[in-house]
Amino acid sequence: MEYHLTAPFDGEKLKQLRSGDMVYITGTIYVARDAAHKRMQEALDRGESLPLDITGQTIYYMGPSPAREGRPIGSAGPTTASRMDKYAPKLLDLGLRGMIGKGKRSQAVKDAIVRNGAVYFAAIGGAGALLSKAITASEVVAYEDLGTEALRRLEVQEFPAIVVIDSTGDDLYIKSVEQYCKL
Amino acid sequence: MRIIQAAEITAALKEMCYEANHSLTKDMEEALYRAEASEESPLGKQILKQLEQNLQIAGEDRIPICQDTGMAVVFAEVGQEVHVEGGWIEDAINEGVRQGYTEGYLRKSVVSCPIERVNTKDNTPAVIHYTIVPGENIRLTLAPKGFGSENMSRVFMLKPADGVEGIKEAVLTAVRDAGPNACPPMVVGVGIGGTFEKCAFLAKKALTRNVEQRSEIPYIREMEEELLEKINKSGIGPGGLGGSTTAFAVNIETYATHIAGLPVGVNICCHVNRHAVRVL
Repeated sequence: MEYHLTAPFDGEKLKQLRSGDMVYITGTIYVARDAAHKRMQEALDRGESLPLDITGQTIYYMGPSPAREGRPIGSAGPTTASRMDKYAPKLLDLGLRGMIGKGKRSQAVKDAIVRNGAVYFAAIGGAGALLSKAITASEVVAYEDLGTEALRRLEVQEFPAIVVIDSTGDDLYIKSVEQYCKL
Repeated sequence: MRIIQAAEITAALKEMCYEANHSLTKDMEEALYRAEASEESPLGKQILKQLEQNLQIAGEDRIPICQDTGMAVVFAEVGQEVHVEGGWIEDAINEGVRQGYTEGYLRKSVVSCPIERVNTKDNTPAVIHYTIVPGENIRLTLAPKGFGSENMSRVFMLKPADGVEGIKEAVLTAVRDAGPNACPPMVVGVGIGGTFEKCAFLAKKALTRNVEQRSEIPYIREMEEELLEKINKSGIGPGGLGGSTTAFAVNIETYATHIAGLPVGVNICCHVNRHAVRVL
């Protein structure tokens, strides 16, 4: 199925998505990768609040290349999500509902996805130039000193992604590879 | 003896950083188009088509093909008749990388220390491999390496008794484990022989070889072809979302080794297998 979704997502709508669905996302999403996740975790460990209200939000695992003049962002494709597996379950329990990245997730992340009715989407890895065209605005929200790893807020328009792990825990990476395996 | 100015090396590197991050070599581009034509999965075909569009946008709009513009890996083959004037060759190379990445809107992905992890903000230092060769030229190859696929690369210290079957199993294991994380379709660079570090070096070097060029050694060529066929039957497919295109090529390089060893390095590269070459 194909869906055109507005972010932040409607929780009920998210639960209808099934692994293999194509989605086009319009609205507001956040960007964070390794170093920003580490800082968020450290803030939580100290009992401080996060630099964003994470309830119902989506995090895109990405570190853009610098924007040329007149453009909101440079190349902007997904990074490997498994490096954020250590941090994701906690953020999901705090209200995170969408993650966009590429590659496999751990069982702990899958469990947290199911527990919270969340979804893990894949964007096409290595298509950073194409994906940048779906981003209309970008703003650093926190951790500016981290450069490309800063926490950002993006406005996206029809950002293409594929549902990989749905809210029931079904994983497209496993079933699609089995379908085409000839060994 | 021939004199080459350090500034020429810097200028060449700067240009190469831009070129390698905005366009692929012809062989890589053709491999992508061939794969799109033959891919069995409809979703896989759609992904390959988007990768073609991505390449086109990168060239036309000057947006890097991938946001991970890599750590700069440089192979410097220096003719022994060459004298570099005006500075140390290593500084000249790093200055070219610095200028290329800061002035070319490329991402700075390098941290100065793997423990403290502070970004150097200019993507230096590069990883430089020097070889002294006969002649009076310097041949520079820049291969910016993204870490999605680098992280999935492996070294296997096999035993001689593991033989050819052991080598094949090692390569297939690395590819299977990499799966969607390495941004397939990938190019698989394999180094067999030498020592622990030599096989990894050969695997990296193998990635800079034309993907249509097979090994000149008949039994290695056969291994390249057999492994490619098996990898493409694994089902991983474009983006790891299933299909018949998991790799464009398996490039194998070999070297002499010790009676007790069979080192195998597997360096995986994503579909953005970038490199640029200049001969000074």
